[in-house]
Amino acid sequence: MTPPNRVWRFGDAVTTDDMLPGKYAPLMVGEDRFHLHAFAHLRPEFAAEVRAGDMLVGGRNWGLGSSREYAPQALKILGVGAIVARSFARIHYRNLLNLGIPAFTSDALVDALAEGDRVRLELDRGRLLRFAADGAEEALPLPSVPEFLREVLAEGSVLRFYQRHGRFPGEALPD
Amino acid sequence: MSTSLPPAHGGRWPSTLPDDPGLALEGLTLAERILSVKAGRRVRAGEVVVVPVDQVMMVDSIAPSALRIVEEELGGVILHPERVSVVVDHVAPASNVEVATTQQRVRGVAREHGLRLFDVGRGICHQVLIEEGLARPGWVVVGSDSHSTTYGAVCAFGTGMGATDIALAMASGRTWLRVPETVQVRLVGARPAGVSAKDVALEIVRRLTADGATYASIEILGAEAFGPGERMTLANLAVEAGAKVGLVAPDAALAERYRVPAWLTVDPDAEVARRIELDLGRLEPVVSVPFQVDNVHPVREHLGVHVDQVFVGTCTNGRLEDLHEVVRVLDGRRVADGTRLLVIPASSQVLQDALADGTIAALVAAGASVGVPGCGPCMGRHMGVLAPGEVCVSTSNRNFMGRMGSPEAHIYLASPAVAAASAAAGVVALPEAATGGAA
Repeated sequence: MTPPNRVWRFGDAVTTDDMLPGKYAPLMVGEDRFHLHAFAHLRPEFAAEVRAGDMLVGGRNWGLGSSREYAPQALKILGVGAIVARSFARIHYRNLLNLGIPAFTSDALVDALAEGDRVRLELDRGRLLRFAADGAEEALPLPSVPEFLREVLAEGSVLRFYQRHGRFPGEALPD
Repeated sequence: MSTSLPPAHGGRWPSTLPDDPGLALEGLTLAERILSVKAGRRVRAGEVVVVPVDQVMMVDSIAPSALRIVEEELGGVILHPERVSVVVDHVAPASNVEVATTQQRVRGVAREHGLRLFDVGRGICHQVLIEEGLARPGWVVVGSDSHSTTYGAVCAFGTGMGATDIALAMASGRTWLRVPETVQVRLVGARPAGVSAKDVALEIVRRLTADGATYASIEILGAEAFGPGERMTLANLAVEAGAKVGLVAPDAALAERYRVPAWLTVDPDAEVARRIELDLGRLEPVVSVPFQVDNVHPVREHLGVHVDQVFVGTCTNGRLEDLHEVVRVLDGRRVADGTRLLVIPASSQVLQDALADGTIAALVAAGASVGVPGCGPCMGRHMGVLAPGEVCVSTSNRNFMGRMGSPEAHIYLASPAVAAASAAAGVVALPEAATGGAA
C-alpha cells in the first residue's frame, strides 16, 4: 500500500495567476519546466515538496481569473491527486475536468481537512481516508457528482471521453 | 459617440441564424434562447447541452497547446477552419527567441489548416473579432481567453475556455455547455458627468462580488445610452463576477450595426435567478484596489497615492473613445515627473483612427509612450511589467498579486479618465469634472 498523501490548504479566491504567474507560461519549445513555478508567490516550497497524489484544499472561488490551462496543467504534471473547495470558478473547473484532476465541491470536506493531514483518496469507493498520528483511520465520504461528471470521471477526462466515443458526455451521436 | 467599430461600409453585419427557429422560446432568458436555437430544442438553466460553435478564437499563448492537442490527440482535423481565428496579441511582438519560435510554429499551423490569422500589431483578440464581424448577435463564440465574455456586447454567447476545450471545439465544431442561470442587471437613471462605463462595470462586480455570478449569465438591461465600445467594457468585466457570459440586451442601436434575429429579445416573463438594479445617478468614479477586482471603492478614498506607471489599454479600455477621454482629461498637461504613461491602442484600427484625428500626437506631446496594439503588460509578460513596490493605475481588468510582474507591485483598476488625471498628477487623482459623487 502506498504511503498516505498530504493535504495542502489554501484560502479563498486562489487565482490562476497564483497557481502559475503569466510570466512562467510554457513555450512548448523543448523542455518546459513551467510546473516548477506552481504557487511561486503564494507557497514557494510547493513545487519542490508536493508528492504525486497530494490533495489541495481551497476555499471559495478556487481558480478564478485567467483561462490559462497551463495553471492546472502544472498541478497535473506535479501529480496533484484531487482538489476540494467550497466553490470553483467555471473556466478553471472545465479545465480540471478536461485534464482529469478530480474536483469536489464540499463545505464539509473543506471544514474537516487541515494543513498537513495524511490522507488517501479512494475514488472508486467514493471516500477519502484520513490517518491519525497513531495510524487510526477515518473515512470521509466524497460528495456525489452529477451524471455528466460521473461519465467524465469514468473515462478520466472529457478529452478521453471524446476520443473514445466520438461525442461529448450526454450527447446523442452526431449525424 | 466616437468609435472604431465597423462595419466600415456603413451597412449591417448579416445574420447566419434563422428568424424563425421553429421553437417555443417564450419565458426564456437571452442565454436560454441562444442555446435553445443552437441546440435545436427548448432548453432551460441547469441542463447540459452540446451546441455547434460559430467561431473559435485562440490567442498566441494558448494556440500552441490547443493545436498540439488537435494534432496529437484528435487526429489533426479541424472541422470548420473558416470558423477559427488565431490572434497574436498576448506577447506581441515576441519578447524573446523562445516566444518567437512558438509564434513561428503557430503561424505555420494556421496557414496549413487555413485558419484566419491576425498577426502581431493587428490588436487584441476581442477587439479584432468584433471589428471583423466575427462575433454576431446570437452566435456562440468560444475563446481561449477569459475575457471572451466581451462578445456579449453584441449579444453573442461569448465565453472563455482552456486549451483542451478549444481543441475539442476545433476538432468537433461543437462544445458542451451547462445552460446558465441568469442574473439580470438593470441600469436605471442617467450617468453623472465623469462616470464611465468602467465605473459602471466595476460597480456591477462590487455588487455581485467576484463569485456572485459564477456559472451564470449576466443579462444587462438599460444600456441603450452606452456606445458600442462602452458595451464591450460592460460585457468584458462580467467574468470578474465569475459569469459565463455577459449579454447586453439587444436594442435599436445594435440593430443598426447587425441583423438581429427576431427571437433574440428580452422576455419580461423569463425566469431569472436574481435581479439587481443599479441607479447610475448615484455612481461616482471608482477604483478597484489590490488584490481583488471586487475590492471597489470611490476614487476619493484613495487620492494622493503615488503612481509610478499609468497604463491605458487592454480589451477593457483601449478603444478610440478611451484614448479621446485621456486627451480630454490631460487637457494639454504633461505627465508628472516620476510617473510613466503607457498607452496601447486595442487594435490597428484604433491606432489608425487615433493617428488620423490627432489623438496620438496629443498623447506623445503629453509624454506618453505609445505601444504596439495588443495586450501589453496586462498579464505581466512584456512591455511595461512592474518592479517591487511600484504602483500602477491601469485601465485593465485584473489587479491580482503578481499579475503585471512583481508580486510586491500594486495595481489600481480605473477608468481612462481617472488614469489620465493620475498620470498628470503623479498620484491617484480625479478628473476635475468628477470631484463630486454621490452625496
